[in-house]
Order: sequence, then structure tokens, then C-alpha cells
Amino acid sequence: MRFFEFEARKIVELAGIPVTRYGFCTTPEEARAAAAEIGGPVVIKSQVLTGGRMKAGGVKFADTPDEAAAHAEAILKLEINGHMPRGVLVDPKAEVKQEYYAGVVWDGTAKRPLMLFSDMGGIDIEEVARTHPDHVGRGHVSNLFPIPDFEAKQTIAATGVTGSQLNRATPILARLARLFRENDMTLAEINPLAELTDGSFVALDAHMEMENEAVGRQKRLLRKELQIAEDDTREVYEHSEFEENVAAIDAADHRGVIQGKDHGFTGNLGLVIGAGGGSLTLTDAVRNQGGKPANYSEIGGNPSVAKACGLAKEVLQKDGVEKIAVMMSIVSNTRVDIVARGVIKACLELGKDPGETIAIFRIPGAWEDEGFKILDRYGVEYCDRSVSLWEAAGRAVAKVQGATA
Amino acid sequence: MSILLSKGTTFIVQGITGREAVNLTRECLDYGSQIVGGVTPGRKGREVHGVPVFDTVAQAVEHHGGPIDGSVVTVPPAFTKDAVFEAILNGIKLVVVVTERIPRGDVAQMVELADREGARIIGPNCLGLIVPEVCKMGGIGGPAKDAAKAYAPGPVGVMSRSGGMTTEISSSLTQAGLGVSTAVSIGGDAIIGSTYAELMPFFEADKQTKAIVIYTEPGGRMEAQLAEWVKDNDSRLPIVAFMAGKFMDDEEMKGMSFGHAGTIVEGKEDTATEKIARLEAAGIRVVERIDQIPTVIKEKLGVLA
Repeated sequence: MRFFEFEARKIVELAGIPVTRYGFCTTPEEARAAAAEIGGPVVIKSQVLTGGRMKAGGVKFADTPDEAAAHAEAILKLEINGHMPRGVLVDPKAEVKQEYYAGVVWDGTAKRPLMLFSDMGGIDIEEVARTHPDHVGRGHVSNLFPIPDFEAKQTIAATGVTGSQLNRATPILARLARLFRENDMTLAEINPLAELTDGSFVALDAHMEMENEAVGRQKRLLRKELQIAEDDTREVYEHSEFEENVAAIDAADHRGVIQGKDHGFTGNLGLVIGAGGGSLTLTDAVRNQGGKPANYSEIGGNPSVAKACGLAKEVLQKDGVEKIAVMMSIVSNTRVDIVARGVIKACLELGKDPGETIAIFRIPGAWEDEGFKILDRYGVEYCDRSVSLWEAAGRAVAKVQGATA
Repeated sequence: MSILLSKGTTFIVQGITGREAVNLTRECLDYGSQIVGGVTPGRKGREVHGVPVFDTVAQAVEHHGGPIDGSVVTVPPAFTKDAVFEAILNGIKLVVVVTERIPRGDVAQMVELADREGARIIGPNCLGLIVPEVCKMGGIGGPAKDAAKAYAPGPVGVMSRSGGMTTEISSSLTQAGLGVSTAVSIGGDAIIGSTYAELMPFFEADKQTKAIVIYTEPGGRMEAQLAEWVKDNDSRLPIVAFMAGKFMDDEEMKGMSFGHAGTIVEGKEDTATEKIARLEAAGIRVVERIDQIPTVIKEKLGVLA
């Protein structure tokens, strides 16, 4: 789950890391009031879940409250990379002496959080790591034990930072590492972490992402502190009607799991496929043999006839779908006969001939003989494990292309 | 020979009274595995297919009268970390975590504790492991007769991020007359207990294993880690890899997760294309099509013979 900058700032603040006195505003009037309260030059920043807002004109400076209101009005209407802003952040224009970077990410190989620090802040950390590797400090922290300040200190000192700067930055990086762990973040970044002309340190911008699996146990932070609504899930893409319908069918029945996605898919061959790895393999196999998938899907965990039928119907009703391919890697839990019944039922209910509509049925495993009997009855072409996932996908592609030609 | 399991391996099932766990227990017992107890808090005194149920792992160990080798953990995500800690701190050295949707922080804690205590975790979000005709630990391969059909003993070690594809690939090796030494469903999450590179030394030490097949997906650094391991270690084992999810390299799929929680392209290095290049640079043969695996393995074994 991604956070807006104003929320990320709040998270940082809650962890005891100093921030400037910013205001989150949704109208030009609020922005004017916030600027007046701050007194002096301010910066107005678009609150969008996408990068490149500076380039797009989503960040502007103002010397007076009226100017702040005018900028806010423009920015609030400005779409950036397809995103409309949630609001604007009004922030005092800081007198910055030096910019630093402080971040924490997962190191999947070490299986531990990794602290990152650089004295070259304000720019992309990967760029710094490539061009000035000696300006990036790294340090792993334990998952089990309290995170001591000295580990943050070592990480910062590795970049050559010393003196009061080292002593001011140390608790900030240590707190960032603690908040990363306590709040189940997958990314916690302060960039820039600014040293102001008076020597104090503040987080000028922050970027946070929380692991989706942990959203349920972080309710206190999400609902109480940040006031984020339950249905505000911040997916990367808006769900299509197909995706929403499949999700509704899945939720209506606890038996088995079905998933469907069609973002980026526009073909004529509907895929009723599974399970996780099988779906990935089959989608590639269809595309690599010249096929055009209409969607991606996953079936698993032994769904009911109604669920298999529901998924197949949704796929069949997508624009441009001519045939469906029903294919899975060998199943041990999901029953072949139940999926067979489901997809045949879907065809019949839509007034289609299963033998014509189902390009191929390739699900080997539990209850396959019973399944194959049903498929025989309706003249559906099927195969067992002696036909590979690649070959089954190829047959489906050949059929749908033959039908088109 | 095999890795991690043998004929004498004893294990318990934590969460044994759950629906999925009851099936898994039946399947493993039918396959000949030695399940010496089950744990579900508050259900002490019951039996699941003749296996005694206890409230705690300590009770199961006491009842067994000595150390227990392993545990299959199949409890809801909110309770998994505690269950794994309980297993490890009661002396269990091999923990298969079936549960999915466990936050990464919890998994990392389990793994760190396992490292400190000399225990090994397989998973989470996996189906376990199997040594054909010897022992099945987890739902891998399904009911005993289905598992027997897909898994015959042979020279190929299999490691897969997908549980279903572990069986699909092993079945194709069995059909081709090759067979499997040990197959491990390593799990589909971003952080898992045992990666390819971490299991390679076990296969390396196993005389029965003559070649390795891995099933891989976009997301994560596990393949890069394997490539580094292969470069640093003069392995006797040829490795054949299959990469699924190439379609995820398309620009419009960016940031989307498919198949498994760990299968999400977050950076340039974890795309399918980049991973294939790394594996190939380390001398690992990456096949384009899933059905090429048995043929290429035969070639590799022929060259060695």
C-alpha cells in the first residue's frame, strides 16, 4: 500500500523524526490560510501517488498567501501521469544547507531490513549508488532484536559524515529503521533529509510503502492516525468491470479461489487457467505461440461448479473473446470434473456450444476420468498430462486462429 | 539418498485439525510418512486419522519420547510466527510453512530465529517436499496415489517457487523415465526460508542427485543469488531453469503481482529478461518451453555419463 507524501510525513513525525510545519489542503482557501500561518515563502506540492511531479508542474513556490492560493488552485486541477491530486501540501520554504538521503528497504537475499544513507540527498539513490558508491552507507538490522542507534551511526559514518551532523542524523536513521519494522513497511525513505542553516535536521519529503499482507494488523496507524478509509486501497490500476465481477464471484463462495485480471490484455482467446505458476507458464505459452490472451486468470483450491462457471462466463462475455482455453498444471486438490462441469455450464448458459467454444481442456489430476467423461459427452477436446502445457496452449491458439481465419 | 528427508523422518502437523491439514495428514500417512503428533491449542486428546492431537509442541515431543525432526505448519497467517517459534524452540530442525499471506517481517523473524537455532524453514506459501517412495512432507503431489504417479525415484533434484509446477515438472521427468531425487516447493513469497542457492549444497552432497531443475518467476533476487552461487562454487550439478511470467516484462504490467505474492517486478533487476541473462551468464541453461526440460536434462546427463 502506497502513501501520499502528507501521510508519509505524518508517519515520520509519529516516529519522532522532525518535520517542517506543513499543512495538507484540499482547497485554495485552505492553502492561503496555511501559507498565512506559516508566514514567509512557502512551497506548494501536489499530492499524487506518482513520480515526476516537479517536471509536470506539480511543485511551485509562493512568497505570499495569495500566490499560494493561486498555485494551489492550478495544482489541484493538474493531472499528473493520469492521477488527479488528493490535495496539496503547503510547506515552509526551507533554508537548506545540505541535503541527505535516509532510507530502509528489504534485502531479500539477507532476509533483513537494510538501512541506506547518503550525504548526496535530493536525487535518486540508485543513481548515487552507481556514480558515487563511496557516498552510500549500508547496514543491515536484526528482525528479532531492538535496533540500536550505533548501527545507524555506523551506516552514516561509512559515508564520511562526522561532527554534529553525524550525531543529529543518527537517531533519525535509527527511528526510520524502527518505524519500518514496526509498521510493516516495504519502503521507508526520507529524501531529502535536510540540514537547515541553523544546523537542525528535518525530513523535507518522505516516501512510504506498506506491505499489503500487513494492512489488516496496521489498522491503528491507517484508520486512526492517518484516517485512511477501508476502501481506499490504492491499487496501481483501477479495476476493470471484468476484474470486479470475478472478485465478486470469488467472494460470494468460500470454496476455492478464482482471480481474473485483464489490464493490458485485449485478445480473442479467453483464459480459464490455473494455478499460480501454471497460469504464468500458460499465459507465456499462449503469447509465445502467437496467441492473444483476452485476460489472465487463476483457479485454485477446489472451487465449486458455480465459481468455475462464473469465471468462465465472465471471460466469455469479454469483448472480442471467440474461444476459451481451460488449462491447468496437474491438480491434486482442485477436482477436474468440477471445473469441467463449471465451464460447460457457462457455455450452455450463454447459448454456446461447449465443443466449439472450449478450444482445449487440459487439466490432469484428481478426478480426471470423471471429468473427461463429461467433456466427451459435449464433444470438448481434452488432453491429459502426456500433453505439455506448451502443446496444449499451442493447440488452443491454432484453433482460435483457425476460427478467425 | 535424498535431501532433508529420509525413511526415518518424524514430523508433526501444527494446526492439524484444520480442513486442509486433515487432508494433508491423510495423504502423508498413506504415502508412508511418520507423523508422530499434531498440535491445535485447545484440542488435546483428539485424534486425526489416528494421529494424537496436543495443545503444545512440548507435549507432542514428550509423548514421542525424544526429539521430533520436523513440523508442517498450517495455521492462519496471524498465528504462524508463533507456531514456527514454538516448533524451533522445542528442538524441531525442519519446518515446512504452508500458510500464505504472512507479512514479510514475520517471515524474516522466523528465518532469523531458525538461523540462530540451526533449524531450516521451507516456505512459507509452499506445498512442502517429497522424496519419491520414501517420504512426503506437506501437500505436495496430493493424495498418495497421485503423488506416486507424478513422482518416481530418479536423479533429478527439483526446486520450484510454485507448488503446482513442482508436480507438473516432476511428472514430466517421471514420464520421460528420469524421475526425481527430492522435489522441494520452496514457496512463492518475497522472503522464504530456503532459496535455491541455500539448498544447492544439500543437493551437491546427495549422491543420487545428478542434475537440478528450477522453476522461476519474476520478482526478487533469488535467481541472481543462485547465479552467484554457481559462479563461486564448482558445482558438479548441471542446472536447467524455466522462467515463467515473461509477459510481466511488458511496461503495462509494471507494479502488478501475478501468481504469487513474491511475483512482482519492483526493480530493473527482477524482470524475467534480466534474470534469464544472469542465469545464462552463470552457465545455467534456461529453456524457452516447459516441455524441453526432460530432453535437456537427458542431454546433460548423457554428456556427463
